[in-house]
Amino acid sequence: MRTRAETESRSIAIQASVTQTIWLDLSVAALVLTAASGVPGLALGRRSNAAQGLASLLVIAGALLGELAAIAVLGGAAIETRTLPGPLSELSLHLRLDPLAAFFLVPVYLLSVAGTLYGTRYWKQTEHPENGRALRLWYGVLVAALAAVVLAADGFAFLMAWEVMALAAFFLVTIEDDRAEVRQAGWVYLVATHAGTLALFALFALLWAVNGSLEFRPMASGAGTQGATSALFLLALVGFGFKAGIVPLHFWLPAAHANAPSHVSALMSGLLLKMGIYGLLRFFTLLPAPPPGVGMLMIAIGTFSAVYGVVFALGQHDLKRLLAYHSIENIGIIVMGMGLALVGVSAQQPAWVALGLAGCLLHVWNHSFFKGLLFLAAGSVIHGAGTREIDRLGGLGKPMSRTAALFAIGAVAICGLPPLNGFVSELLIYVGLFRAGADGASRQWSAAPLAAPLLAMVGALAVACFVKAYGTVFLGPHRSEGAARAHEVPRSMLVAMILLALPCVTIGVFPVLAMPALDRVVHAWVGAESQPPLLGQLIPWTPIMGMNAALVAGVLAASLILGRRFRRRVPVQTGTWDCGYVQPTAAMSYSASSFAQLLVDLYGWLLRPRAGHAIRTELFPSRQHFHTRVPEQVTEFVLAPLWASFRRALAPFRALQHGRVQLYLMYVLLTLCILVVLSFPIDEAFVRFLGWWGNGGVHGVE
Amino acid sequence: MAWNETLPDMVTPILHISVLLLAPPLLMGVINKTKAWAAGRRGPPLLQLYYDVFRLFRKDTVLSRTTTWVFRAGPVVGVTAVLLAGLLAPFGAFDAPLSFDGDLVLFAYLMGLARFFTAAAALDTGSAFEGMGAAREVSFASLAEVALFVAFVVLVRLSGSLSLTPMLHAPMTGAFHGLPAAALLLVGVALFVVLLAENARIPVDDPNTHLELTMIHEVMVLDHSGPLFGLVLYGASVKLLLFSSLLLHFALPFSFGAPLLDWALFGVGLLAVAIAVGVVESVMARLRLRHVPSLLIAASVLCAFGFFFTLA
Amino acid sequence: MNFSAANLLLIGVLLLNLFCLGTSRIRALIQAAALQGVVLGVMPLLIHGRVDWNTGLIALATVALKGNVIPGMLRRALREAQIKREIEPLIGLVPTMLLGALATLLSIAFASGLPLAPEHQNLLIVPASFSTVLTGFLLLTTRMKAITQAIGYLVLENGIFIFGLLLLDAMPFLVEIGVLLDLFVGIFVVSIIIHHINREFASLDTRRLASLKE
Repeated sequence: MRTRAETESRSIAIQASVTQTIWLDLSVAALVLTAASGVPGLALGRRSNAAQGLASLLVIAGALLGELAAIAVLGGAAIETRTLPGPLSELSLHLRLDPLAAFFLVPVYLLSVAGTLYGTRYWKQTEHPENGRALRLWYGVLVAALAAVVLAADGFAFLMAWEVMALAAFFLVTIEDDRAEVRQAGWVYLVATHAGTLALFALFALLWAVNGSLEFRPMASGAGTQGATSALFLLALVGFGFKAGIVPLHFWLPAAHANAPSHVSALMSGLLLKMGIYGLLRFFTLLPAPPPGVGMLMIAIGTFSAVYGVVFALGQHDLKRLLAYHSIENIGIIVMGMGLALVGVSAQQPAWVALGLAGCLLHVWNHSFFKGLLFLAAGSVIHGAGTREIDRLGGLGKPMSRTAALFAIGAVAICGLPPLNGFVSELLIYVGLFRAGADGASRQWSAAPLAAPLLAMVGALAVACFVKAYGTVFLGPHRSEGAARAHEVPRSMLVAMILLALPCVTIGVFPVLAMPALDRVVHAWVGAESQPPLLGQLIPWTPIMGMNAALVAGVLAASLILGRRFRRRVPVQTGTWDCGYVQPTAAMSYSASSFAQLLVDLYGWLLRPRAGHAIRTELFPSRQHFHTRVPEQVTEFVLAPLWASFRRALAPFRALQHGRVQLYLMYVLLTLCILVVLSFPIDEAFVRFLGWWGNGGVHGVE
Repeated sequence: MAWNETLPDMVTPILHISVLLLAPPLLMGVINKTKAWAAGRRGPPLLQLYYDVFRLFRKDTVLSRTTTWVFRAGPVVGVTAVLLAGLLAPFGAFDAPLSFDGDLVLFAYLMGLARFFTAAAALDTGSAFEGMGAAREVSFASLAEVALFVAFVVLVRLSGSLSLTPMLHAPMTGAFHGLPAAALLLVGVALFVVLLAENARIPVDDPNTHLELTMIHEVMVLDHSGPLFGLVLYGASVKLLLFSSLLLHFALPFSFGAPLLDWALFGVGLLAVAIAVGVVESVMARLRLRHVPSLLIAASVLCAFGFFFTLA
Repeated sequence: MNFSAANLLLIGVLLLNLFCLGTSRIRALIQAAALQGVVLGVMPLLIHGRVDWNTGLIALATVALKGNVIPGMLRRALREAQIKREIEPLIGLVPTMLLGALATLLSIAFASGLPLAPEHQNLLIVPASFSTVLTGFLLLTTRMKAITQAIGYLVLENGIFIFGLLLLDAMPFLVEIGVLLDLFVGIFVVSIIIHHINREFASLDTRRLASLKE
């Protein structure tokens, strides 16, 4: 019985030797084009808008090439590995475009095109002369680094691309570094990403020790003890978990996403987080078998992450922080799917593997699309109305009707409601979870379906949160001046959002379109000897598409009938019924915090909301101030006290840091002397010196 | 093929759809009549809701200036989604017109879609009343979903199938003794609680009151008028029918074998459920809002016990 | 190989070290460092005994940089800062000289204990190198003004260069040029920093820099 490693390496070797295709070349060309997109802007000066057009063109060109290559490989083109010489003879760079990589490349390029189109008006060079060029430069570098991470086929190339990606994202997050909260968010992000990279260095070092090389090829089944594989898994979980935003390693996410420019947030949420998921998936292809219990652990972690994310999202007043917490929730769902696939591998049930992995992967795509759309729409809101605070917006649905419609599409998609795409990926995960508990399957996996009700709760809470967000931002009265003066966004921004809304609707209404790609990636991930069933056999898509069509048709038909009815008998327009108040104001309408109050109270044990000063009740009440906020748990209750205790413990050593250069140099000399004394046989030299002295000095020796 | 052999294949779906479309307002009438009799009154006619809906469809509409297309979409999507979900739920001993693996998820999420648009329509008016109702509705629904899905998990485990029709027919077709039977009983009780919660009946909500402190569903639709309000009332009754039909599989899990008798049994069962709801509404008072989550969590816990019983 | 000439020059270097430690006039200090640099530039020719393109070029570049360009930059920085003398150093001029002498003695003792190649046994290269390094170090630690510290750095680099004379045959051209470049860039940056320190604190006293600590 051949091991998976042998089969895999043989097939790759055969393919590499036979085919010399253009797809990898196209991917590399795409990478170079996008990386270089921001460079012409550096030469063209601060006041010209020409550079941004050029940058967009380069990104679009690169994206077209990249998408072409990715779709070709997903469609069945051969896989090719390319080796480039590296700095040392043992360290060379390997690049490979296989189905898993191609799958992740598709949203990378689509989101980059949408973002760059959006950025031409959102971050117009003439409006942001001091940081526009830097933004476009790092944007291109980030997109290229994302593609490079996915194309890397050995640990060294992977780590290099990973670091470039992390640093480019750092520079993008801190692009408006004149604001204190942006700097703070940037520092926290930098610390978190480097903590993760540290774990990844350890991971690859251990992998080299166990596997014998840094190349991404599956380990032989006997290699590495149980302890070694468990250690590898923990390192991978921590390292990739920091990047993906798995609770409790997510603390950098909300601040970084909220303070970055909106199209950068879209890129970070849609793509950067997914690189953590990609890393985990790639890692599991290297292991011969997942360590026992890993699948259930991942399902548990994913469920906890999802619940945590959505509950915290309920308590947010800032539109972009709310979306960031929903990213944490969706990453939790993706990890649940991955866990289900791992359970399937351990239980040797190919159907579960197919369903779990397909759910995980499709949710990666879906989340990129609808979260990207939501962040761009949030950016449009900020652009149009000038503020991020939900409770200061309202009634934007009238002046910004197109943005409102696109946000509605994103909101329905993220809640996982039919007929849009979120439902399809969640359906795959649900069916997989149910199957794991269905028949007389072993008791070991029977706890898995309990994740399904929690997933349902997450979905219902997401509905609550997005009804709140959509309702408070776009519906109801204007709650502030900015909202009253809102205007619709320019066409390029709308086009970018439509570009992302199209896949949401298409994959949702016609799920079969995504199934061939998913099947190919599932087959590639599982390896050659196991044959998971096709997704079309596991879930009948035709009745679902029929229901979707019926839903859309029914709603359209009813709308047409109602429309005709309203044209014949025009409705009377009046004010909202207000129980007879003489002067209703916008402050009387339900705000977002009021909407969420019931749930925030229900989950108060987890959220621990903080309220401002208590309201003073007087005869003639004066102007008072009240605010509530939900603190970020991990930062404020775990990390900050830990850091404060470190500072207290190490405070005595502060005396050494007095700022005087001379004494610092003396420290160096002191260390040097100590080292010399320790390494040099002092007594011998002393004896010889005395002897030398006695013999009359230098010339006496001869 | 002979004419009377093809007939049963088409009759069941047609009857299903007819019952789905026509029966719901009757159930509401039965509930109201039961409550009236329990209070010593004569009460409205059984067909009152039909009259109401037709009357509303003939009336003009008044729209608030604050609203957008979402306000009009709310009732439309609500009714369409709920009716489509009705195609997935089996009535009595008969198969649903549409049945496939994974349709239980579609069923629950179509209800979710209806809820999303109804709540959004409520927020569209910008009124504090509707906002309050919408907030409560979505909050309690999150807990009701958990209970519903745990019930589904139990059914999937017992029936070994992933489609609503075989799942809900499992109590009827399978021979369950001992612990699995207890599991079914627990699930049935929990589903009754979910029915009360999702359809805004006492003890979760009071459909008769118009005081904002006590309203959930009633206040969400305060500003709707004319045909839109008619759709809202109709949609609410269809939802009640669907949850009652889910419950009936636990309450009356047997079949006579003959189609006519089975339909009659289903009809009687629906009436029984409606009367039971009416009795519960007459006997109990509404729970304080802060106690409603406890009730729903209790329902989920009951279902979870059922799940653990099936593991044995 | 001309031992005695090389040794003589190295003794000259040692004397220049002591002079650097003992003077408080900054112009004199710069002159001494420049002279040291010129002497060291010529050393490779003496040690090799032959003049070919490589060593000739390097000697020329070293003499030009260390004798002219770098002292010129330092003099310009001095003119801008408008100071003439160093303030009293941390431990007094005479004690500094005594420390320098002690350091020289110790380096001689230390060097005699090292296992050197036979052709380098009787050269003063290693002791001179250590002594120059320690002199530069003393200048860096005991002087207050930033410009004197820059000169201390220069002397330190001279000491390292002396040590490098041991490896003259083995060192590739590129490394030599690289070391020179490094020195040049270092002094360039330091003069910019001196300018900024002067502008910020209206004085070159590096004790003021302690106020910048967090």
